[in-house]
Amino acid sequence: MGVAKYIKDEKDAIQEVIYQSGIQVKPVYTPKDLEEVGFEYEKDLGDPGEYPFTRSLHPQGYRTRAWTTRQYTGFGTPEETNQRFKLMISHGQTGLNVAFDLPTQMGYDSDDPKALGEVGRVGMAVDSLRDFETAFNGIPLDRIGSGLTINAVASIMLAMYQAMAEKFGYAKEKISATPQNDILKEMIGRGAWVFPVEPAVRLVGDAIEYSVKELPRCNPVSVCGYHIRESGANPVQEIACAFEIARAYIENVMERGLKAEDFVGRFSFNLNVFGNLWEQIAKFRAARKLWAKMLKEDYGVQDKKKLFLRGLFGGGGSGLTKEQPENNIIRGAFYALGAALSGAQTTALCSFDEAYTIPTPRAALLSLRTLGIIMDEVGLRDTVDPLAGSYFIETLTKQMEDKIMEEMKQIEQKGGMVHAVASGYIQRKVSQQAYEYEKGLQKGEYIKVGVNKYTDGDKDQTDVELHEYNEQWVDKQIYSLKELRRTRDNNEASRTLKELEKATRDGKNVMPFLVDCCRAYATVGEMAGVFREIFGEWQEPSIF
Amino acid sequence: MVERKIKILVGKPGLDGHDRGAKIVALALRDAGMEVVYTGLHQSVDQIVRIAVQEAVDVVGLSIMSGAHIPIGQKLLVLMKQEGLEDIPVVVGGVIPKQDIPKLKEMGIQGVFPGGTPFDEIVAGIKNVAKKAA
Repeated sequence: MGVAKYIKDEKDAIQEVIYQSGIQVKPVYTPKDLEEVGFEYEKDLGDPGEYPFTRSLHPQGYRTRAWTTRQYTGFGTPEETNQRFKLMISHGQTGLNVAFDLPTQMGYDSDDPKALGEVGRVGMAVDSLRDFETAFNGIPLDRIGSGLTINAVASIMLAMYQAMAEKFGYAKEKISATPQNDILKEMIGRGAWVFPVEPAVRLVGDAIEYSVKELPRCNPVSVCGYHIRESGANPVQEIACAFEIARAYIENVMERGLKAEDFVGRFSFNLNVFGNLWEQIAKFRAARKLWAKMLKEDYGVQDKKKLFLRGLFGGGGSGLTKEQPENNIIRGAFYALGAALSGAQTTALCSFDEAYTIPTPRAALLSLRTLGIIMDEVGLRDTVDPLAGSYFIETLTKQMEDKIMEEMKQIEQKGGMVHAVASGYIQRKVSQQAYEYEKGLQKGEYIKVGVNKYTDGDKDQTDVELHEYNEQWVDKQIYSLKELRRTRDNNEASRTLKELEKATRDGKNVMPFLVDCCRAYATVGEMAGVFREIFGEWQEPSIF
Repeated sequence: MVERKIKILVGKPGLDGHDRGAKIVALALRDAGMEVVYTGLHQSVDQIVRIAVQEAVDVVGLSIMSGAHIPIGQKLLVLMKQEGLEDIPVVVGGVIPKQDIPKLKEMGIQGVFPGGTPFDEIVAGIKNVAKKAA
């Protein structure tokens, strides 16, 4: 994915610059522009660490604390994942970000016919608590937080994480997990959905409600504009969708009698960094402000810290290219720079080889080092929000803010995010945007180095590399699953599953019942099977 | 003479949910005047064949990003043969290493469009295989 549309004259001078969000950029900005957009320091920025937090969440930004890095890791069996976790921690990583294979993400056991060929392919295979015990063995769970990149069955994984931690002697109050748990974005973008929209949102709400009451250090939802952008949305749509998704979850949990004030502080976001540098910076600054405003004005949240737009600004996958892959190293550095200039609190960077294969350890480490260089060598920790006051950046931030609000209003007019997804409105909009972009790229309206400019012609031999897929892992995983089913207390497993079924039908919060199932070594497929039976599966609306 | 509208199925087999490519190709084929039946995600090969029969499509297209294009392609061709659909051409797009293209062609996949193939080429390729089959 590229940057902006540049309209040039015959002498290659740029006549017009149009960002993906539709904002037209002028060649020169002056104080007059700030006047025109009605810019006021106190109202629009405020000091760093002060409402509306446009500049930064913290008064001194990275001076007090550098960003947290969380590279996405995990593949094959739990043993391999455990080794990779330990490697990343020994290299200075301060949080884990766990990848699961597709069968696990979709709630199938490794020996399910639907899992054939997919076990351990794009992440770790998890069938039961036993796999979590292996994967997290020796990890200091009171110090290291874990992002669990899973959605449709996030409730199951959060329950399993608690059961595992307790087994290792960590009280549930001490552990910090962030299940992604954002099913609406799966329905818009990434596609790992299982249940229909409404019960799926209920499960998200169950995990949030339970965390608020039982898991004080867990962040039960990470709302992902990220994947919506990867699916083709522009930066404005990315933020607008993320906030309207968050609104849907907030309202679900409020219907249970909780006050927004009690739980919104636990929401985190996963947002994307690729694209035009200035547009991204303005996006993040506007987003911090809009989130704080939405919580304060729409939901009456008072506590300052609960107004923070926290989360991971990183990744950039769609910005990378298979062609001339070393260029992605440079791209990554600029994406990281953009994240740092935006005051990202947590970050991660796609590896340069990610456009054509699952990252090698060397490439993953290079990403981590890139983040280190940005933070420690280049000067990004010197002063907070260094671009504040720029005529251009402040004008652009205001313009982005207006555009995002407009887009949010449109979604609300469609009856809110749950309806907009159930009807396919958002998906059609995002697909259309992706299609328009692709046409622009093919026509050369957007420039992508190595793809439609400075290409190597036929000399470019970079090919996609399929990740080595180790059949032995699969056999091992299936063997241990069969052993588990043979050796566990099967009466206890069925008893807890029956309780889960009853609770699900009765509309109770399923979380405590899932924790019991996990403790009894019920499998992911068995637990998700209960939900499948009761909820059915989602039928996608038409894309046309 | 007016050219008959080509009816094409765009299928997403397997658990992988990356459907951006499938969706934009579906839109491009529709804009090129074809009638597109998009299956949606998580389809089994059996389901795809069933839709191909029900919808009486002229061409079956699969979008595969998971790396399993060879086994899935093979399975589809076998099933289509069983259903007497061997005359319907099959094309594949997605994450496909160059070295696999000859293998897919040899198996009987008539068109292979790896990620990044221009829309014009995809449209021309599909028109071509549909014409040959007609």
